[in-house]
Amino acid sequence: MTALRQESPAALRAAAEALYAEYLGCLNEERFEEWPDFFVERCLYKIVPRENFDRGLPLATWLCESRGYLKDRVVSIRKTSVYAPRYIRRIVSGIRICGWKGDLLEVRADYAAFETSLDDLTRVFNVGAYHDLITVEDGRLKFQEKICIFDSMLVPNSLIFPL
Amino acid sequence: MTARRSWPREGSTRLPYWVYSDPDIYAREQERIFCGSTWNYVALEAEIPEAGDFKRTFIGDKSVVVTRDSEGCVNVVENRCAHRGVQFCQQHLGHVREFMCPYHQWTYDLSGKLLGVPFRRGIKAQGGMPSEFSLAEHGLRRLRVACRNGVIFASFAGDIEPLEQYLGCEILQLFDRVFDGRQLKILGYSRQLTPANWKLVMENIKDPYHASLLHVFLLSFGLNRADQPNRLVIDPSGRHAAGMTWRGEQKRTTDNAEMRSLLEDLKLNDPSMLDPVKEYERYTIVLMTIWPNLVMQQQSNTLAMRQVITKGPAAFELAWTFFGYATDDAAMTQRRLRQANLMGPAGFVSIDDSEVLAFVQRGTSCATEADGVLEMDGCDWAQETPHAVTEGEIRAMYEHYRKVMEL
Repeated sequence: MTALRQESPAALRAAAEALYAEYLGCLNEERFEEWPDFFVERCLYKIVPRENFDRGLPLATWLCESRGYLKDRVVSIRKTSVYAPRYIRRIVSGIRICGWKGDLLEVRADYAAFETSLDDLTRVFNVGAYHDLITVEDGRLKFQEKICIFDSMLVPNSLIFPL
Repeated sequence: MTARRSWPREGSTRLPYWVYSDPDIYAREQERIFCGSTWNYVALEAEIPEAGDFKRTFIGDKSVVVTRDSEGCVNVVENRCAHRGVQFCQQHLGHVREFMCPYHQWTYDLSGKLLGVPFRRGIKAQGGMPSEFSLAEHGLRRLRVACRNGVIFASFAGDIEPLEQYLGCEILQLFDRVFDGRQLKILGYSRQLTPANWKLVMENIKDPYHASLLHVFLLSFGLNRADQPNRLVIDPSGRHAAGMTWRGEQKRTTDNAEMRSLLEDLKLNDPSMLDPVKEYERYTIVLMTIWPNLVMQQQSNTLAMRQVITKGPAAFELAWTFFGYATDDAAMTQRRLRQANLMGPAGFVSIDDSEVLAFVQRGTSCATEADGVLEMDGCDWAQETPHAVTEGEIRAMYEHYRKVMEL
């Protein structure tokens, strides 16, 4: 795929669905080292409480402004952060192509993330929507921007892995 | 309360684990601490700039509403209708002309005064309130309010010393260093629910030496280490404290060889997150605990209030309000937002704390017969300590706590 604009709606939809499936596969299988490759170099990745988003407040719970930032998060997950072992499984649904922002494809989707800890039942961890801008790099769809806007008012203690 | 619980005879160097999980202790804390003679942080004035603005928040378990009335004055009222106890306000922030309880439409002004009661005279001369029913006697419960340079505190106590006296002059000076009268700008909120007793978060901030051991991220990038210059102050009562650090030379020496988690080769791929500019005199980091519910943070250019909201003995909400100044330019705002990556529920640094506090709760709640050890730097505390290798601030807090709790 070289120029998104030339693709048919059906092809775009299929390509977007494949991208989300691969993205969640990467995260759910904890292949975090591959996660930054889903983004272009000058990207924006944010996890934002819905209350901030709705009020136009700029604070993100998690902010990455480049692929380097994403890699730093992976270093933190693997090397510096102290946390209890857990699995986070993300499910995506309702992928919808909303239009174009210049040459960037605007896509939204709903997600839910479930957390499984050692001594507890699986619980809903975080629920929200992706507001994404997608482009093509090296023949592959990539995120220029991925904003995860979560409804869950309270983060259940800590947000360690990406969504 | 009967003396079912007694403090270990070693005194201040022991911390009995029942303080973190006993429901009777928790009930007594609500009564004596959160509803007692304390000033509790509730809001920043920048959150309610206009007349009619309100913020709903908590002091301990109790929900309160912070309002700005038509005269521009700040009020704090309990979020409980004087009629049947309905928690009438259900939004975090908003704007109203008056508050109306949805159940029977008792209506209050923004200072909590009862304005009207439907069917007061009955319907067709039937029913209605007794003729002697007085609106003036049935307003919302009003709290005492203290505002200082844009920060709002409230108290359930009938009689309490002024905020300035409550903080003490050293803590007050450090408070004024950030809150110097400049207009504040709210950058956003973060909220996390930590499965641990509320006192553990205060202890965590009052324990500066854990940072050199637990926080590999801070260590590796030289943001805070026990071998950096440190200064701690505690107010005369022992309840509030502040820890200050500033940047010094960093290299591996025999002094810091014990900091095993030090990874010197760690470099950020994108260092823009850690690009602080000098904003205040002398200290690069000031972390203050203002008893009983506030941690005030100036971590380089990140400014945040961390409000501690109790949720039973075994959980607390940490409600973070990040802010800057109204005069900040775009670059400064961006810097504050970037550095905020260190803090909050996904903070490079604070993840470690919230996880470890949950481990403490798990370890202690099933061992209420056992005690923790607080012997680092002796058995008492000083108002001034020129280093971070101490548990004096924790001992000071519990000395005050035991007096108030009669334990």
